[in-house]
Amino acid sequence: MSETTEAPGPVTIVETPISLDFEYTPGVAASRFLRSLEQGKLVGQRCPKCKKVYVPPRGACSMCGVATDEELELTGKGTVTTFCVTRIPSPGLEPPYVTAWILLDGADLTAMFLIQECDPAEVRLGMRVEPVWVDEADRKTDLGNIKYFRPLDEPDADYSTYKDYV
Amino acid sequence: MSVEVAVVGVGQTKYAAKRQDVSIAGLLREAAKRALDDAGMTWSDIDAVVIGKAPDMFEGVMMPELYLADALGAVGKPMMRVHTAGSVGGSTGVMAAHLVASGAHKRVLVVCFEKQSESNATWALSIRLPFTGGSVTGAGGFFAPVIRAYMRRANAPDDIGIKVAVKDRLNALNNEYAHLKIPDISEEMVRESPMLWDPIRYLETCPSSDGACAVVLADADTAKAVPNPPAWIHATAVRSEPTMGAGRDVVNPHAGRDCAKDVYAQAGITDPRRELDCAEIYVPFSWYEPMWMENLGFAAEGEGWKMVDDGSTSMSGDLPINPSGGVLSSNPIGASGMCRFAEAALQVRGMAGAHQVPNASRALGHAYGGGAQFFAMWVVGSDPRK
Amino acid sequence: MRDFSRPVAIVASASFETPSEPARNEVEMLLPLIEKVRGDVGIDQSDIGFTVSGSSDYLQGFPFAFVGALDAVGPWPPIRESHLEMDGAFALAEAIAVMQDEHIDTALVYAFARPSRGELDRTLALQLDPYTVAPLNPDARGLAGLQAQAMRDSGRYADVPDVPPTYVADGATAVILAVGNRARELSANPVWITGIDHRIEAPALGVRDLTVSASTRIAGEHAGATGVDAAWLHTPYPHQELLLREALDLGDVPAHCAAGPMMVGGLERFAEAARAIAKGEVTKALAHATSGPCLQQNLVGVLEGSK
Repeated sequence: MSETTEAPGPVTIVETPISLDFEYTPGVAASRFLRSLEQGKLVGQRCPKCKKVYVPPRGACSMCGVATDEELELTGKGTVTTFCVTRIPSPGLEPPYVTAWILLDGADLTAMFLIQECDPAEVRLGMRVEPVWVDEADRKTDLGNIKYFRPLDEPDADYSTYKDYV
Repeated sequence: MSVEVAVVGVGQTKYAAKRQDVSIAGLLREAAKRALDDAGMTWSDIDAVVIGKAPDMFEGVMMPELYLADALGAVGKPMMRVHTAGSVGGSTGVMAAHLVASGAHKRVLVVCFEKQSESNATWALSIRLPFTGGSVTGAGGFFAPVIRAYMRRANAPDDIGIKVAVKDRLNALNNEYAHLKIPDISEEMVRESPMLWDPIRYLETCPSSDGACAVVLADADTAKAVPNPPAWIHATAVRSEPTMGAGRDVVNPHAGRDCAKDVYAQAGITDPRRELDCAEIYVPFSWYEPMWMENLGFAAEGEGWKMVDDGSTSMSGDLPINPSGGVLSSNPIGASGMCRFAEAALQVRGMAGAHQVPNASRALGHAYGGGAQFFAMWVVGSDPRK
Repeated sequence: MRDFSRPVAIVASASFETPSEPARNEVEMLLPLIEKVRGDVGIDQSDIGFTVSGSSDYLQGFPFAFVGALDAVGPWPPIRESHLEMDGAFALAEAIAVMQDEHIDTALVYAFARPSRGELDRTLALQLDPYTVAPLNPDARGLAGLQAQAMRDSGRYADVPDVPPTYVADGATAVILAVGNRARELSANPVWITGIDHRIEAPALGVRDLTVSASTRIAGEHAGATGVDAAWLHTPYPHQELLLREALDLGDVPAHCAAGPMMVGGLERFAEAARAIAKGEVTKALAHATSGPCLQQNLVGVLEGSK
């Protein structure tokens, strides 16, 4: 007795796993920055033309199209210029978590970091914060050396001091 | 531009989370064929093909113009692929318009698309580069802080985003191609929806859609002989600025303001709010509508939210925004900008069906992308530019 | 396209190529070239009417990769800019079309890549039909071999060379274009692009005649590529020179062939041809660029010195 089989129907998806290896290099300016991070230091780079300080540096001052060079070590303290509270699951991050745009003292544009050691509801514009580093023994050439920022016991910065730095 | 260029055909696919009934080529052909039919043309009438889409990794096909050449009737013809991140749907239209305006080609088929269901767009958008840590997930994670900064800057009431979300989804009910159809949408429903990236809620966020949008651009001689009314391109403009730069204003980007000024100047527009009948603009998160009202010069700085609050941007207002339902209702990333450009064209052709703005004769199409750094715009009209 | 209402010339160019650039990122690799070409003609970014680039996210290994490179241009105040995910030669063609707009007198065109960071041969397999061909994982060299073998089998080509390993090099090229009188103001030796055209063939290798380069022939005709003193051909593999010579009816015309870095090689041929003309070595030249497996898409441009 023969078996009747149903026609399989149209193909709706073809799964073709792709795997490619890439070697990533951050670049010369970013490498200098990462080596300072390994030392537990946050070092900005200044554009020789507009004099603005970039952190993290990306190789060029994007406003001038010129390589950033002069280095300045920053205290790490900064001001929250804006933020959001993420409530959806993300790999390696436990919701709710706060992502803040922080204007580090001495820098001329903001950098993104997590805020922890406080209730997300406490995070506000103008809040003063400081970095929390991984233990010295665990440091690598990685921005992850800074685990997150936490509130500083300082009065909030005035809106006028950071409103143009979002 | 000096030479008249017109939109003589528009074609869109049904936008949906997964179009598993078509391959990538099939998706594009659906839109392209509709555009050709609208223009009364066949594949052989086209001189050149331009495609636009966002990163290749959203489908896993590198340089897809190569794979798509015969599916789009491009064999033996010039074919190009534009990639300017989220604004690509718009910038592709602008580049194609230049091809016709330059005299190089008389009839250009433009197709923009995304079939993100074929790859893993969340993965593609969240790739963590080595050394950089990770504190952001998805586009919303980047734009939510920008929105919060706008809310503070403008002292806007916090239900403005909710109002935009309701308006766009109601508009989408009158767009046969729209992805999201939520007939019982209400402010309460939006407010109760889960907060994803505070202050952005689930129902204030665009969907992830598969889809393609095509237009046929043609010179004046061709446009005068096509079966359906053309949309005349009065002006096109693009502007880009850096991702991160000391002195950027991410909330009210300089590039957006400059792009708008350029396109209005070329079109001879001095009072955009009055001289445009409607606008299709790129709003992936609802708060971007009031923000773009200011960036586009429709409202003074800090006052964009009032246009939402008082109903000016609704279908019954003086400047309907996104009659099609916009990006909030359908978002095939690489196509979304072209959908805006195409919907603006449909409005001035009187072919927008149930979401037609009565007597629309001049409309703006707008797209943006990257970290709010790439802008593309066009102004189209029912009559040739004066 | 030929007989432009607004003639366009190359007024400056700079190229860089190395087997592997491990230290500098794309921005750092591009910066000196862009500074050089603007410096050579004495203009700032704010003087440039249109900027357009060619590159591939897939070679950098992450989406939106091209965005970062824009930092090298210093796009502030905001600029009129576009990007193609194609060889820079196609960006050059786009720039020429845009410059027919009377408001745009100068353009910056650049291309960049660091394919040494990834697996070029396997990455290029992703250019093929994603449902029926790419999953077979053919490497780029193997595909080129199919064409070389077809050429040998046809008997029409003598001495078809073997196909070497796919050429991998990192690099970038930047070019400044200018229109008419602006070009004459900026350079004593503007090199005019008097014709440019590109055409694409079908993707399925089985429907193409791999023993000819049909799209190159059509592009050459439309670009007006006859009577040239020399040709600069973009040949990712050496056997391709034979196909291109035949398609362009080059006869005895000398050809300078190179693969160049991926995404850059075609634009680089234009830069090299322009340099030769500017030096007076050649009066009329042809430059070519290719994209896709087995010469699927081809671009031909004609360059002439000033009279």
